[in-house]
Amino acid sequence: MFDWWQYEFMRTALWAVLLLVPLLSLLGTLVVNNRMSFFSDALGHSALTGVAIGVLAGVSDHRLVTVLFGVVFALLMNRIRRSRLASTDTVIGVFSSVGVALGLTLLSARGNLSNYQSLLVGDILSVTPQELWVLGLALLITVAVWLLCFNGFFAVSVSPSVARSKGFSVGLYDNLFVVLVAVVVMLAIRWVGLLLINAMLILPAASARNVARSMRSFYLLALLFGLYSGVLGLILSYYNGVATGPTIILVLAAVFFGTFLLRKK
Amino acid sequence: MSHCGLHCLKINHITVRAGGETLVEDVSLHAHCGEITAVIGRNGAGKSTLFKAILGEIPHQGQVVFTGHNGTPAQNKPRIGYVPQSLNLDEGSPATVLDMALTYTSRWPAFLPAPRRLRRDIAAHFARFDAADLLDKPAGRLSGGEWQRVLLAIATRPHPDMLMLDEPVSGVDKAGLVRFYDLLEQLRREDMVILLISHDLDFVRQHADRVVLLDRRVLASGAPADVFAGEAFANAFPTGGEPHV
Repeated sequence: MFDWWQYEFMRTALWAVLLLVPLLSLLGTLVVNNRMSFFSDALGHSALTGVAIGVLAGVSDHRLVTVLFGVVFALLMNRIRRSRLASTDTVIGVFSSVGVALGLTLLSARGNLSNYQSLLVGDILSVTPQELWVLGLALLITVAVWLLCFNGFFAVSVSPSVARSKGFSVGLYDNLFVVLVAVVVMLAIRWVGLLLINAMLILPAASARNVARSMRSFYLLALLFGLYSGVLGLILSYYNGVATGPTIILVLAAVFFGTFLLRKK
Repeated sequence: MSHCGLHCLKINHITVRAGGETLVEDVSLHAHCGEITAVIGRNGAGKSTLFKAILGEIPHQGQVVFTGHNGTPAQNKPRIGYVPQSLNLDEGSPATVLDMALTYTSRWPAFLPAPRRLRRDIAAHFARFDAADLLDKPAGRLSGGEWQRVLLAIATRPHPDMLMLDEPVSGVDKAGLVRFYDLLEQLRREDMVILLISHDLDFVRQHADRVVLLDRRVLASGAPADVFAGEAFANAFPTGGEPHV
């Protein structure tokens, strides 16, 4: 049962799951509450362009370029979303399409598009021990921001007017949240893949929302559902010889449907 | 004689334009501490837009000045309590009323279990608004009347210099409204400027000290009896009671 433990890549992958899943679950709670799952999906798709720009710029580690691009892309998308010049889902749909098309065009210009297929589904088993530190730091920063800023994030999403009357800076919290999501999505994209990242972001929170009766239980359940599915998915994929990321998503989806049947009436 | 730090809210020549349209035009009004000033008018008359301009939420021309007792501008930024018409909160939201109170009226992160003392403080404040027993209820499933009391409790913690209320058009029953206006009467005695958008003219007649009839511009203002007897009121509300939509 525990023979997977003897392999270092599996032990590293377990650590990666234990760091990455809580990180995504935490952000996912507000993505789900704010009905922004289409927004985060578009952000994930735009990673393709971020990587392409990194490749064309000739940088050996595209991560920094990808993160910077993600932040700019997210702020721009948020600004247009807030301006109410067009309907939100149309604007995000356009951004999403451009993110993918531009990325594919730029990468194909180098004639080696197939080299980047791993970006689509990612590979959590490819996390190196050094990268675990990056993930740990990202989790630490996100938890700190959450402790300091959660009330502001939530206040602004429920009523910007009341939030403003209570002294919250509406623009600051609104943008800080999308920047945080952008950074984490861009960091995680090579391990989770742009087709799957959004599922890992929203499924734990969506499942928790089905049964939670307070903000505390919502957070606790999102975390537990995420960790349970992450670890179980990793082990199942090892024994069945299938890809890890998609297996985790399938376990998460099973949890979602289970909680959906149990949902509060 | 009132003792609040803020004596008067002066709105001078406020104009709001958006998308080539003038939504609010040259509106001036004074609202005093210890009084309920009601803004009435048909749907689309610019009442909520005027509130947003006062809150500083939308670009506008003109001035919003808060003055102290001697008529000079207030030293500190006034504390505003705002009760909106509605919130972006759906039925499935996991947030309880306590979570909402923690979010808007404390620094304690609302996703962590609240310290007992903080919960006790909030419950004591909410008890004044008959809302202490609502604290553990899901916020997305309150009735209209319950919501109004919860939002009023949130708006008055801490004690504001000015309370702005945008009354919902529907969803609150008569008993709920009676209770709501009772609470406003109590708050009025606690030294605050109360500015209210109301759709229930009976309650305005009974409880307001001043009425402003708005239709993009101020059509009439003054004591309720005077405004209600005027020609502008008769034109805006031909049926005399229900807003002419």
